[in-house]
Amino acid sequence: MDTFSKRKYIVAGIMLGIAAIFILRLFTIQITNKTYKQFATRNVLRKIITFPARGFIYDRHKEMMVYNKAAYDLWVVPREVKPFDTTELCRIIQIERQDFRNALNKAKQYSRFKPSIIVGQISPEINAPLQEKLYKYPGFFTQSRTLREYPSKSAAQVLGYVGEVNQQMIEKDKYYRSGDYIGVTGLEKAYEKELRGIKGVTKSMVDVHNRIKGKYNEGLEDTTAILGQNLLTGLDAEVQAYAELLMTNKRGAIVAIEPATGEILLMVSAPSYDPNLLVGRQRSTNYGTLVGDSVNKPMWNRAVIGTFPPGSTFKLVNALIALQEHAVSPFDRFSCSGQSSSPIKCTHSHVSPLAMREGIRESCNSYFWNLFRNVINHSSTSAEGYEVWRNHVMNFGFGQKVGVELSSEVKGNIPQVTYYDKYFGQKKWNAMTIRSLSIGQGEIEVTPLQLANMAATIANRGYYITPHLVKAIQDTNRVYRELEYEKKVTGINPEYFDIVIEGMQAVIDETRLSQSVHMDSIVVCGKTGTVQNPHGADHSAFVAFAPKNNPKIAIAVFIQNAGFGATYAAPIAGLIMEKYLNDSIPPRKKDLERRMIETDLMNVIQVKK
Amino acid sequence: MPNRNNVWANIDWITVSIYLAMMFIGWINIYAAVYNEEHKSIFDFSQQYGKQLIWIFAAIFIAVLMINTDSKFFVTFAIPIYVIIFVLLMLVPLIGTEINGAKSWIQIGNFLLQPSEFMKMATSLAIARYISSYNFKMHSYKSLLTLSAIILLPVGLIFLQNDTGSAIVFGVFLLVLYREGLNGIVLFFAFLIALVFILTMVVDSYITIWILSLTGFLVHFLIRRKSKKSLVAMGIFGSVYLIFWLINFLLQGTIDPLYFILTAAVVSSGIFYIYSLVLRKKNLAILIGIYLGSVLFSVSVDYVFHNIMEQHQRDRINELLGIQSDVHGAGYHVNQSKIAIGSGGFIGKGFLQGTQTKFDFVPEQSTDFIFCTVGEEWGFLGTTLVIGLFMGLLMRLIFLAERNRSKFSRVYGYCVATILFFHFAINIGMTIGLAPVIGIPLPFFSYGGSSLWSFTLLLFVFVRLDANRFEQLSY
Repeated sequence: MDTFSKRKYIVAGIMLGIAAIFILRLFTIQITNKTYKQFATRNVLRKIITFPARGFIYDRHKEMMVYNKAAYDLWVVPREVKPFDTTELCRIIQIERQDFRNALNKAKQYSRFKPSIIVGQISPEINAPLQEKLYKYPGFFTQSRTLREYPSKSAAQVLGYVGEVNQQMIEKDKYYRSGDYIGVTGLEKAYEKELRGIKGVTKSMVDVHNRIKGKYNEGLEDTTAILGQNLLTGLDAEVQAYAELLMTNKRGAIVAIEPATGEILLMVSAPSYDPNLLVGRQRSTNYGTLVGDSVNKPMWNRAVIGTFPPGSTFKLVNALIALQEHAVSPFDRFSCSGQSSSPIKCTHSHVSPLAMREGIRESCNSYFWNLFRNVINHSSTSAEGYEVWRNHVMNFGFGQKVGVELSSEVKGNIPQVTYYDKYFGQKKWNAMTIRSLSIGQGEIEVTPLQLANMAATIANRGYYITPHLVKAIQDTNRVYRELEYEKKVTGINPEYFDIVIEGMQAVIDETRLSQSVHMDSIVVCGKTGTVQNPHGADHSAFVAFAPKNNPKIAIAVFIQNAGFGATYAAPIAGLIMEKYLNDSIPPRKKDLERRMIETDLMNVIQVKK
Repeated sequence: MPNRNNVWANIDWITVSIYLAMMFIGWINIYAAVYNEEHKSIFDFSQQYGKQLIWIFAAIFIAVLMINTDSKFFVTFAIPIYVIIFVLLMLVPLIGTEINGAKSWIQIGNFLLQPSEFMKMATSLAIARYISSYNFKMHSYKSLLTLSAIILLPVGLIFLQNDTGSAIVFGVFLLVLYREGLNGIVLFFAFLIALVFILTMVVDSYITIWILSLTGFLVHFLIRRKSKKSLVAMGIFGSVYLIFWLINFLLQGTIDPLYFILTAAVVSSGIFYIYSLVLRKKNLAILIGIYLGSVLFSVSVDYVFHNIMEQHQRDRINELLGIQSDVHGAGYHVNQSKIAIGSGGFIGKGFLQGTQTKFDFVPEQSTDFIFCTVGEEWGFLGTTLVIGLFMGLLMRLIFLAERNRSKFSRVYGYCVATILFFHFAINIGMTIGLAPVIGIPLPFFSYGGSSLWSFTLLLFVFVRLDANRFEQLSY
């Protein structure tokens, strides 16, 4: 009767066929193929990073030099924002309406679902009223983060600053993600790994809009953030600040080292800046101003990147080399004709002839020319003699990075034989040709750090410990781990130092420095230097250490355009040593101290007298 | 001997049981899909799962109502019901409420009803009524015209109301007509046209022609069983393509390779058509005709789509096929859906343990993509169970339809089975990437009162008709 009855099988067959295909397909995607499971995990897992507080930096007396203060970032999820009173919010967070609008639009363009920072680094004072009103602004929330705080406002270039990582840094080190902070200069950079700690990871499950829905695997795979380690430096914050005060309105650098340990007691580069400027909301504006200041270059750490000829301070090294090479004896005398001396005129008036102690005291150019010529001519050729001389100089840490933690440190320059061969022609030069070296002028260039290291080496009578800023690292168990630093020996026999140090004592006690540098109870040894400056007023240099026996501080002061070393560099060094050793400035030096602070050498006419 | 007077004794309890089981499983999965920590109770009526329970009870009430209705009512009022719902459908643009860009809802109090959902039942009744009428002959012009009108009028209206998914469902009535005697060729061509159309849209004309050509060779081989001749055919086709491709390559031309394959198809078709005429191989000629027709259809679809249609029309088609509707790029939703189902594994992650659906990676997780939750939380076991339930229901419905002496009941039964089947095939097919993303619900599973009630109505009218099978005379 129903001719098409058999078609029920076809209809049913189509249905069963489709069902069979579905089951087959489900079998492959649910059982055979494992990739979907991996996709699923990737889909829902979001790693949320917790940032540990950055380590503190202490000075040698465990005074805080860098710590953290709380700050808050205001975030927004544009999708959740409801109409609100912009004026009121801008007033609370103290931001221009237009800036706020721009930031909000930028956030919207980035993502409507993902949170963006709308105002970064809000101070706790602003955050408090903001928290009270935040309920009125759905879609906005704050997240705390730490900011660096520099209580003494000093040592800016040494401590360095912290900034956001750039793309290059992210590519170089997988640890960093966009928005992370990293030490950019100074100790912040050198000890980045210790200071930053280790980020913690919280794995959370999120929905497609990145909203957190709960912990993943009950938090079993989460790691907690590990606090940054604290640095114990050899710096003396108080003396550092005092030295910076003395350098007010001056260009130059000061480095002081504890000779026995190589610990850097202070490192000043002037002009400087308040390190707190590079923190917080005003950071980028201030950064631009500082970097843009091409006259003062406040970001430069002149102590390690500034190079100049050491001038007369270098005569100490020449004397020691001559003694070691038996080129002169301490008692050999050389005559001086003052201004008419040849080949180098002597600008100091003194009796003649002079032996070594007086030669150092009077900084006699004639004496040191003769001494230097003897050193060079002691070998069979000038080149060999120079090579001997150069090796000794290098042993004092010159012409190379002495190895302080600051990566910006430069080598300076002690020319190689090949330099002179190229410049004058092989065997066409001799002691006469390179005579400037005898008085620390000419091609040689040193950094203030190297000069301070030289003073420390002399104070130690022949060796130095690699100068360093950080002496110990305090780990998370509050235990200090002392850092080891290499001891380097110059190869100059310790006994030769006595006569040179006698000369240095004479510099302080028997010249006009007996007024400005000499201390009542402590024997100070020093040497001035006046660095000829073809571009303008001479630079003032001074090295010293004290006490004479068992020295506690070795110092180098370098001030641009300050004329004779004895005028500014020496008194400033004297005041710093006084402050460090006696903890106070005696009344008789108060006037000197005031004069030093008030002197403005920033605008000395840059033309040779 | 069954009691002829007690309708409750005669209703098919297997169908009712499967129906209840599906609603229950659906409800549990809706709970899991939109589970909310703050509203843990499955009876929380502020949440979808709480509401769905109300819809389920309302659906059962509708089912009871249908069973208590005299079965003659449906036969007698088949046409009036069709007309009334059709009029309602026409009124939708005037009194309707717009939701998600489709103005296809009518608000009555707190309830939103979608007349297009009920139109499926009404059209089924009308088709059943017409086919069961005394003088019905399937292949008379009058019958075909009338049936076309019954089906296409609501399709047109629904299509105009931007509810393309619902409109497409009506295509499944072809299966019913086929069961009632419509020539199988129609079904074949309808299938072929749909396939070529979708292929052309989803990939492109070039690849479609490749697929058609390779299928052609395969079919030829299967029919003729002469591999040598199939290889010769492939050789001719391939070399024509290669010659053009080489010329273009050597001249460094920038001609679309579509033209090469088109030329190859036309040239080789021509050669084989002459060959088939000479050897009087009628089958080969037909095969070539179908092949060439499909190729040209694909090319014209491509051309019309890209050169004649307006952008908004293109958007509609892309939207329908789920090509460009994904905000995260083509295939994002299907991919997320496959990830959700695939990550379920064999036994699933367990009740409420799913992450992909709950955290919104899958769109519409309680409505169109509810199958993802089943797949993710109950694994392969769950998905095969659901497919098994559907097959059980559909086979049972076909069995019931066939056992009815009344032609009206049988045709209506087939309508119910095929509509449910179409929803099943498209909905599950789309979640596992085998069907285009057409947003239609999974019957008895997906969240929503309107669709649940309309499917209940659709099913229970048939359950009622079936319960009456002993009283029916063959119409």
